[in-house]
Amino acid sequence: MPRVYVSTVIAAPVAEVWRVIRDFNALPAWTPFVRDSRIEGGLRGDQVGCIRNFTLRDGGVIRERLLALSDYEMSCTYAILESPMAVTDYIATLGLVPVTEGNRTFAFWQADFDCAPTQENDLIRQIGGDVFQSALSALKRQLDGR
Amino acid sequence: MVRVHESTILNAPIADVWAILRDFNGHDRWHPAIAASRIEDGAADMLGAVRRFRLADGSELREQLLALSDRDHAFRYCLLAAPLPLMGYVAQVRLRRVTEGNRTLWEWSSEFQPPAGRAAELVALVRDGIYRAGFAAISRLLARDGAATGPVLAVERPAAAPGRTGVPRTRAIVVEAYGGPEVLQLRDVDLPPPAPGQVQIRHTAIGVNFIDVYCRTGHFSLLAPPGTPGVEAAGVIEAVGPGTFGIAVGDRVAYACPPVGSYAERRNMDPALMVHLGADISDRMAAASLLKGVSASFLLHDIARVGPGMVVLVHAGAGGIGQILVQWARHLGARVIATAGGPEKVALVQRLGADHVIDYRAAEFAPRVLALTDGRGADVVFDSAGASTFAGSVAALATRGHLVSFGQAAGPVGTWSIDALAAKSVTLSRPNYAHYTDTPDRLAPQVARFFAAVRQGHITLPQPTVYPLERAAEAHRDLEARRTTGALVLEP
Repeated sequence: MPRVYVSTVIAAPVAEVWRVIRDFNALPAWTPFVRDSRIEGGLRGDQVGCIRNFTLRDGGVIRERLLALSDYEMSCTYAILESPMAVTDYIATLGLVPVTEGNRTFAFWQADFDCAPTQENDLIRQIGGDVFQSALSALKRQLDGR
Repeated sequence: MVRVHESTILNAPIADVWAILRDFNGHDRWHPAIAASRIEDGAADMLGAVRRFRLADGSELREQLLALSDRDHAFRYCLLAAPLPLMGYVAQVRLRRVTEGNRTLWEWSSEFQPPAGRAAELVALVRDGIYRAGFAAISRLLARDGAATGPVLAVERPAAAPGRTGVPRTRAIVVEAYGGPEVLQLRDVDLPPPAPGQVQIRHTAIGVNFIDVYCRTGHFSLLAPPGTPGVEAAGVIEAVGPGTFGIAVGDRVAYACPPVGSYAERRNMDPALMVHLGADISDRMAAASLLKGVSASFLLHDIARVGPGMVVLVHAGAGGIGQILVQWARHLGARVIATAGGPEKVALVQRLGADHVIDYRAAEFAPRVLALTDGRGADVVFDSAGASTFAGSVAALATRGHLVSFGQAAGPVGTWSIDALAAKSVTLSRPNYAHYTDTPDRLAPQVARFFAAVRQGHITLPQPTVYPLERAAEAHRDLEARRTTGALVLEP
């Protein structure tokens, strides 16, 4: 099972960063590639089990279910239900760890999934680079120095 | 419960950081608060391993490894014993990879139950004194190593000349097989840089003791041929291996402890039992007297407890340790009777202050001791001769006397029935040097007591007889033939 793991350090207190990413429906507010997002069935965005349904700038539609949300560990875990990507059993976790020295934040984003062996490298590059790294870089630009 | 969580970002790949932190017993090599650490038994990465370590202030702690994961780069441990009330202290170290910049997040956290009113103080101590101090030390270490691929700690290279193979060499006396003095041969031997926990010392003076004879002949198993004898020397530290503490290049030190190997120009060894020398103690004097002085210290204070009014018999009063025992026992208030062989040695021991000196070549010593004490005998007999004197020493003892047999210069004591000791309620001691000096805590008070006695003039040490290192065989011949008075040293 391939794994993608990307991490960075953001020069902002962990509470500030968590406030931004905690909202499962907030991808348009901080990622560069999501045009709009809604939570299906009128549920709250922090309710475990809720589904976010979002549209990418390139028109693709993705549905993801929130599997776990921890304000104690500052992490959320979700699974892909539908996407244009050829992945199955995709489960990802986005999490934060306070860096007490300098009052900064360590942010990591990791995903495990299955796919056809021939597509593995492309998918790792696409998810790790085009999705996770570009989103975390955007988050840094938005929050660094706060 | 209070919780302490500290974290930092290190500018190094996670494998480099983990290689340093993973060793549960390696913290004394990087944490500034920790002077020394060892695993009580088993391997450092075995669950349940207990590390016993000493802080720079001398206090001791014990911690047990509860979990270790190479996959998660994490381990958990708990405190078993500590000088502070960190009740129920369980801590975790965890590393995570920062893919951006190939850096490392290091988290160090713990929970514990402080006594009422002490939470703030103890949290600050754990946070600043342990975690933050550790972060700073590792950051400095990694910065010093630059782009090193592994946790290479700086090793100062020895000044010894390299041999043809590139490994530095040094001159040493090597015993290829047990035997007479002739087996003491000078050779060139390899001398690698000091290993972790070791230092390299350049000897300036090397003590010669009867124990070296026993090692050479195979009577003691301390030396396994081919090997270099010698357990005592003074010199200068020329290099320190990773993880050494409390000792630096250029320090003047002396030691008197196993393992053997002091009959050499340079050697590597654990510095735990090395003693720093003050400016008023010369290298030659230290090498000549440390083993004997420390021995005299525990013989007089811990084994026999010599005090005023006691009658003490010292065999071989002109010998290296004999001269110290005579003077020190006198200072402690005892009436000292000594034996010596021949008029010159008798005169020497008289000059040292002995109340009576018996020339054992001219008369049986036991009847003389009884005559000198109105038939009462000696309260304590210090006997390093062994075979030739044991029976006489028992005969020279007073009722409830104490025979301290601590050597066999004239051959092994042999087999005796203890029934004969009942006639006088004799106490018999057969001390082993190592059992009184094998840890810094045991050794330090003896060294301090001996050096204090020298500084205060209670003991005057004669200039030792000096031989060049390559003439070690001659020194042994003279020692065994009892041609010498006082101490012998070799100089490289």
